[in-house]
Amino acid sequence: MHIPDGFLDPKIWVGASALSAGALAAAVSNTRKVLEDRQVPALGVMAAFIFAAQMINFPVAGGTSGHLLGGALAAVLLGPWSAGLILTTVLVIQMLFFYDGGLTALGANVLNMAVIAPWVAYGTYRLLGGLFKGNAGRTAATFLAAWLSVMAAALACSLEIAFSGTVPLAVVLPAMLGWHALIGIGEGLITVVVVSFVSRLWGLEQPGQKSYAGGEQL
Amino acid sequence: MNRKNLIWGLLVALAIAAFLSPFASPSPDGLERVAEDKGFLHLAEGKELIHALMPDYVFPGIASEGLATSLAGLVGTLLVFAAMYLLSRVFVRPKGNAGKGHS
Repeated sequence: MHIPDGFLDPKIWVGASALSAGALAAAVSNTRKVLEDRQVPALGVMAAFIFAAQMINFPVAGGTSGHLLGGALAAVLLGPWSAGLILTTVLVIQMLFFYDGGLTALGANVLNMAVIAPWVAYGTYRLLGGLFKGNAGRTAATFLAAWLSVMAAALACSLEIAFSGTVPLAVVLPAMLGWHALIGIGEGLITVVVVSFVSRLWGLEQPGQKSYAGGEQL
Repeated sequence: MNRKNLIWGLLVALAIAAFLSPFASPSPDGLERVAEDKGFLHLAEGKELIHALMPDYVFPGIASEGLATSLAGLVGTLLVFAAMYLLSRVFVRPKGNAGKGHS
């Protein structure tokens, strides 16, 4: 859901950019406190993986496709602050080199995909991880975190487009949420597979465990 | 997480970008589909403010579409890795900052 130039009016993209800049500054300062030297390459690898995975559009229904967003994946494995930095880097490179997402819409895209998506995923994962125990619980928490992160980003994207006066909210919201409810299933499945593989590799077992890579309390 | 796992992770990312990207669905994504259906996709036409090197994930000057996509994927993946690594080195974890914040 990379918003191109032309969908947002100035008050929306300036506002979204200001919010994103604040969130990014907080992410840098919080990550600085917890990130250890040996963990720096993990951020690079996660960013590279998310970029590559985002290129693989999968068909969802009737001539529409979706691709991994990765906010939940990064937030579950590395924590929400690191996830914000990772997704922002991916979005900036996509905008500069591939014209995926517009320059004026960058702030809104960062807000939706690098701030809202990881934090919704992280909150959901923490909440459900405390309720359900064991492997099945962890899987359910991861899936729902990923699905909700896509829905939340789609909701934010709809609001930005509607408040820009581009198209009424009653028109854009059901359409966006409808498609992204399907795309979110793909997000959930990919996130569950990658998280279970990587956490076995890293020896992470429970959502309450300190993240090995991001150094953040998960 | 050790160096070996990280190298494997990067190789997996590069392999996905190189070998799977040509098989990606060309259908519009969720937002693009909504913009098309609800009649506001034209608002984005001709509004590009910058000239991207590889628009739509196609490496320029390559005749084969599959190869051009693979190359764009490889270049992009390496670029993202390098950018993230350098940014975290410079802004998040500058040398000499080791141990700071671990009071």
